[in-house]
Amino acid sequence: STITCREALNSAIDEEMERDDKVFVIGEEVAEYNGAYKVTKGLLAKYGDQRVVDTPITEAGFTGLATGSAFAGLRPICEFMTFNFSMQAIDHIVNSAAKTLYMSGGKIKVPIVYRGPNGAAAGVGAQHSQDFSAWYGSVPGLKVISPYDAEDCRGLLKAAIRDDNPVVFLENELMYNQQFEVSDEVMDKDFTLPIGKAKVMLDGSHVTIVTHSKQVGVALQAAAELEEKHEVFAEVINLRSIRPLDTATVCESVKKTSRLVTVEEGWPAFGVGAELCASMMETEAFNYLDAPVQRVTGADVPTPYAQNLEQDAFPVRADIVSACLRAVDTSLP
Amino acid sequence: LEETETYDLPAFKTHRMDLGGLPTSTTASGSQLQEYFESMYRMRRMETKADELYMTGHVRGFCHLYNGQEAVAVGVEAAVTYEDYLITAYRNHCQQLARGDTVEAVLSELTGRVTGCSGGKGGSMHLYKPENRYFGGNGIVGAQGPLGTGLAFAAKYQGTKNVAITMFGDGAANQGQIFEALNMAQLWRLPIIFMCENNRYGMGTSTARAAASGDFYTRGDYATGLYIDGMNVLAVREGIAYAAERCRSGEGPVYVEVDTYRYKGHSISDQGTGYRTTDEVQSMKASRDPIDQVKTMLVDGGWATLQSLKGVERSLRKEVDAAVKFATEAPQPPPEHLWKDVLTPSASGESVVRGR
Repeated sequence: STITCREALNSAIDEEMERDDKVFVIGEEVAEYNGAYKVTKGLLAKYGDQRVVDTPITEAGFTGLATGSAFAGLRPICEFMTFNFSMQAIDHIVNSAAKTLYMSGGKIKVPIVYRGPNGAAAGVGAQHSQDFSAWYGSVPGLKVISPYDAEDCRGLLKAAIRDDNPVVFLENELMYNQQFEVSDEVMDKDFTLPIGKAKVMLDGSHVTIVTHSKQVGVALQAAAELEEKHEVFAEVINLRSIRPLDTATVCESVKKTSRLVTVEEGWPAFGVGAELCASMMETEAFNYLDAPVQRVTGADVPTPYAQNLEQDAFPVRADIVSACLRAVDTSLP
Repeated sequence: LEETETYDLPAFKTHRMDLGGLPTSTTASGSQLQEYFESMYRMRRMETKADELYMTGHVRGFCHLYNGQEAVAVGVEAAVTYEDYLITAYRNHCQQLARGDTVEAVLSELTGRVTGCSGGKGGSMHLYKPENRYFGGNGIVGAQGPLGTGLAFAAKYQGTKNVAITMFGDGAANQGQIFEALNMAQLWRLPIIFMCENNRYGMGTSTARAAASGDFYTRGDYATGLYIDGMNVLAVREGIAYAAERCRSGEGPVYVEVDTYRYKGHSISDQGTGYRTTDEVQSMKASRDPIDQVKTMLVDGGWATLQSLKGVERSLRKEVDAAVKFATEAPQPPPEHLWKDVLTPSASGESVVRGR
């Protein structure tokens, strides 16, 4: 069958609420409005306002409240209307959630999922268009997930809800309506994916493209073009998880292809690509590289509003194609 | 000791609530007063020793002492049970004792030993006793407002009659997130007591210089407010019992101000003298000391003599001295604990931690 990412997320939450009555949803417009992006559609009608809780516009307050309820053993799903607004609440994610297990010597678990749309949206300007993968990815005590397709959305969100650690789940607003073919296995109510494992989307031998979220789709298109026009066979890796970062899978691929291109929509400085480069330096993959790693990233600017400038601020297929050609055309001595 | 005496209570003040519902007097038995005295004296002594341990280099970083405020921690526990949730700020050593932990566990956490209540990894501001529903110990000023409200949310969600108490100082009372949490608590009638411990100073800034209104019990605006003399353990007990009952009956939050006083500086590096006079501190100790008040009740009630109380103090000092010895001799956490408890162990085994 075919489902959208939105339906995948919605069914994942629904099934986990059905499975465990400690799971509840809290956030702005999640209940009566059915979710600002309709991810929580129908849940209020099914589970009632005790378990699907509309909050005032008060991010620090409701994020802290949700986190405190997790101290007491509930399993909240805390929705941010967009992750941009999580900046008002980042103290509770980092200081109250991520560190509490450690600070308490293992005594207090914080089983919470912070989720919502993340990354570049369309035409909404600088304050509503930003990727937080690197921000949350740097924090010990968090797990950070960035799904691509409907399978990822279902399997990883269900795993996140069942996880005893705080999980930051970074959805992509521009992917909610995307349709994907899914197997019966994916639609099983106990289908979960392991957090921290990347997925090889396409086998290749000439260059490894590592990416996450919406750019996985762009990378697959770039790989098709590379094969068709240049007879270059790219391997495409969907990271799925930003933290833990599956460097082992990347490393294995680089040992095969000897060339690496990283693709992300976040800023270049201290980003996911930067982290991947560093991990290649630190592992045996270094000895196999035949070319410098190429990074494709969002432009190092606040997101502009004008359509032409916005288009230029984020990677497109041509950027990935040319980065791969640069990589395969280069040979280190 | 089982005989009881009746005591007049210092006046409560209320906001959006009829004062008539509150008691003007209460009874206490000799054994209750004896227990309050012992708890408060143990706290005072433990903090005094924590101070010394800091001065001798055994305690690192921060060390916020509770001297003068003991009646608040003890009065709260006399009013609620360990089924009720408690969370507080960074001045939290004595709440750990009040929630059932030992002086050894507190002091050896302060000295960074594996025997500490957080295994030595929390430090002075991060003590917890979740099995008795105590959730710390928060180093971020005001964070316990929403977190405590979440504990109350869980109490209501699970259909219990338990309440949550979130304690914060007069300094934190100005933080925005306290008001965000209170708004939701009032909207949803959550069973929570917002408990502002007004000890007159947020670090070195007096309430007059930080708070547009120093009547903290009125600052919940739409929420019920209650002022309690926080130096009188019986007033704290009765006031919190009343507030908790309101919460349990589904009437929503109560914003409580306990009027108390901090004898020591904000943390150890602060001598507590630059922003207030020695006379102010001395006169507070002489006229309102919470331990002296209970001692007087015990002696006047014929339950004890100053002599017998000295004997009790002596044995408590011994108990604390033994804990000091324990806290300075216990081993540090083993090196492998650096990597432990970053995440819960997953089904597939311990997660890999990078670095160093």
